[in-house]
Amino acid sequence: MNEIILLHLLLIFMIIGAFVTVEIKNMLSAVISIGAVGFALSMMFLFLGAPDIAITQVIVEILSLILLIRATVNVDNVAIEEKGESVFSNRTALIFVGIILVFAWIAFHSLPSFGEPLMRVSNFYLKHGLTEVGATNFVTSVILDFRAYDTFGEAMVLFVSISGAFAILRRWKREQHKDFLRIDREH
Amino acid sequence: MKERKQSGMTFIVKTITNLIIGFMLVFGAYVVLYGHITPGGGFPGGVMIALTYILITLAYGRKVVESMISGVAGSIGDDFGALAIIILGFIGLWIGGTFLFNFLPKGTPFELFSAGHIMIYNLAIMLKVGMSLYIVFLALAILQRVVSAKDENQEVRK
Repeated sequence: MNEIILLHLLLIFMIIGAFVTVEIKNMLSAVISIGAVGFALSMMFLFLGAPDIAITQVIVEILSLILLIRATVNVDNVAIEEKGESVFSNRTALIFVGIILVFAWIAFHSLPSFGEPLMRVSNFYLKHGLTEVGATNFVTSVILDFRAYDTFGEAMVLFVSISGAFAILRRWKREQHKDFLRIDREH
Repeated sequence: MKERKQSGMTFIVKTITNLIIGFMLVFGAYVVLYGHITPGGGFPGGVMIALTYILITLAYGRKVVESMISGVAGSIGDDFGALAIIILGFIGLWIGGTFLFNFLPKGTPFELFSAGHIMIYNLAIMLKVGMSLYIVFLALAILQRVVSAKDENQEVRK
């Protein structure tokens, strides 16, 4: 029961952090508050008994925080300013939030209640994991043996996105260098 | 080194970095190698190793870290990690009949060399994730340097 109260406190903290991220004007403060949301999420994973995901969440959160600060620290430190009437966008947002809430209400009724996981597939992994894979960390035996193809796809998604981002940055860099050369010649 | 003293952050940050990077690399390697015994695995370990090099970049500047692992070497490491996963999958297909089949002997639990191909898979993921995140940070650092240099140039022209 104590853990449930703690989890709800963490959830409220995360919601407040998300609101701060959206509403605050300063870019750096927004980045830092979204980092706070991520660290609260990693603590939640830790209390729910998933140390693997907690480690990954902490490490990736640190990395993304560094990258975001690095990317936004030289940009104008002010977020996008509000322009004109926003009645239409507010109404549209409210309508879509309402639709999502209705469908979520329907969808969450078919899920098992909190703390009672579906044990159909997990039972198989727990019974056969040690004999068939030999790994004592069952999470690893699931993601790298039983579900290795999923992990393969995940790694390829990361590979494609990183190489795409790298290609775009490199081309930009090259054009900038051309620009430099021209400026140098004019001098 | 002369170069180390000139660029980067203050002396305090550099000293702390010198103290800490060894532990960071060792812990990252531990998380990768013991991923099938204790919580962890290739992804968090690879990000830890990338973070070590990012810390060196932040403390000492881009030139020092590029003398350790250049951008081209990082890119090759990224490609090699992705290739290693595919080769591992096809070896499994060749031996066991299914893609990514666990073809190595299972061994006794709680030992380092157990659980078949999981350790090699973790090492390949570590190479892929670590190097790709490292080169993205390097590309961002180069980008920022170019932008700031361009601003200075425009100020000079004005």
